[in-house]
Amino acid sequence: MQPNGAAPLNCLWRWVLPECWGPLGILFEQISPYWFAYVGVALAIGLSVLGAAWGIFITGSSLVGASIQAPRITSKNLVSVIFCEAVAIYGIIAAIVMATRIGYASVAESDPVTKFGGYALFAAGLVVGLSNLFCGLSVGVTGSSCALADAQDATIFVKLLIVEIFASALGLFGVIVGIIISSKATLGGDASAGR
Amino acid sequence: MDMLTFNADNGYLEAVVRGLKASLLRRQDYTNLAQCESPEDMRTILNSSDYGLWLQNEPAPLQTQALYDCLMNRLVYDFRSIRGQSYAPLSTFLDYVTYPYMIDNLVLLLMGVLRNRDLSELLDKCHPLGLFEGIATLTAIHSPEELYREILVDTPLAPYFAECVNVHDLTEMNVEIIRNLLYKAYLTDFYQLCVERIGGMTGSIMATLIAFEADRRVINITLNSLETSLRKDERMMLFPRVPGGLDDEIIQRLGRADDLQAVAMALDLSSTYRALFQRAAERGEYSLEDQFLEFEMKLLRESFDAQFHYGVFYAYFRMLEQEIRNLTWIAECITQKQFAHASRVVPIL
Repeated sequence: MQPNGAAPLNCLWRWVLPECWGPLGILFEQISPYWFAYVGVALAIGLSVLGAAWGIFITGSSLVGASIQAPRITSKNLVSVIFCEAVAIYGIIAAIVMATRIGYASVAESDPVTKFGGYALFAAGLVVGLSNLFCGLSVGVTGSSCALADAQDATIFVKLLIVEIFASALGLFGVIVGIIISSKATLGGDASAGR
Repeated sequence: MDMLTFNADNGYLEAVVRGLKASLLRRQDYTNLAQCESPEDMRTILNSSDYGLWLQNEPAPLQTQALYDCLMNRLVYDFRSIRGQSYAPLSTFLDYVTYPYMIDNLVLLLMGVLRNRDLSELLDKCHPLGLFEGIATLTAIHSPEELYREILVDTPLAPYFAECVNVHDLTEMNVEIIRNLLYKAYLTDFYQLCVERIGGMTGSIMATLIAFEADRRVINITLNSLETSLRKDERMMLFPRVPGGLDDEIIQRLGRADDLQAVAMALDLSSTYRALFQRAAERGEYSLEDQFLEFEMKLLRESFDAQFHYGVFYAYFRMLEQEIRNLTWIAECITQKQFAHASRVVPIL
């Protein structure tokens, strides 16, 4: 760390060394914990909805096409669409839990509990959002194949549904971890009282 | 990545085509159809399939030609409705699927012009998928040069024509050579479209199918040119070559082959075609062409095992065409009371 706070040039390739992290630390200190917390909430709901919407259009377009020749598959295969929709619901649940941890900014932003809370909610948002995004894609692709396969062979649906259930469970893992992380976070309100 | 983005534009149509493929006639249906006493009995069986709707307005003694027209109308209807709903690059891909028919139509018209036949008569014989805008104006044409110019202006095949056909080559002798040169240019171009411009899953599936198509043409050209005056270097020039097709060694040998024996020796080097060739020799009533078709149907069926690619569109229309060939063959056999031959069809599913 050089006196003027700038990183030495060789930090460009030694960026993994702790003494090079100074500028990053300053950067993060300048950003409000509330910013991190609310961006975390936005990531949780936004990425989840992206995953769900993506999954629904992958499944839905195949389902609509396949049901022309085999109309019987529509009601059964709505389950695939519902699985995709559930991913968005996971995102909403996580986002609501996270949002309830944030109160009005009654304490200084440099308060350690508040800073911890900001980073915790940011991480929780990423955990929930990314796991739901990939879960939604996975359910969408399997749901699309499931609709096409069901249209060809009516006996195969239940077996394929198991595959979709496993794909759908992936998102739940993220939600569980996200809720555990966010349960430790407290911002604002009477945070400094040690609640 | 095909998996994530394919369905945005093509998911609906892919599912539609898969549904249509599931309603193609099966082995059992062909066995039943082959036992019919008259084309009218065929109608009873076909009524329970997708063709029921198309056949219901035909007058009672069903003629083979009427049956063929109905089947063809259905093919054209399916194709047009799918082509109409498609986005690029699928629409381009589907246009390429029609080019072989267009090549055949143009060669037919060319023959007509060279023999001074009336073109309006020939237009009825053209394959409906191979029609293009402005084909109706071709009836006014009387010389090969005019036809050549019209083709260059009006059809999407113009690049192939400009590349491999000279206006002075338009003689009756050359017509078959022109057809093969056009096919060669078309297959190369189609391969490039699928593998380089579309790529991904479509590329890998279509590469197999196009390579087979090219191999089949190579072998057929060799067999058809054995007893003719075609020079060996000219024959080599006609062979369509795409990556993944027959080895160079086999191609060279086929190019030099003088008789059936030499062709069989050359194909001995390829496990796939050796088996087809042997089976054609063993089972007298199924010709080599039938073996090729049977093998092609297997490849087409396999292309349905993968999802998120354009190969299914190509495969479905190929299968439907084979179904039309099968049904007209059965109808023809029944009309001519050759009941024993009626079961000699290439099943699709």
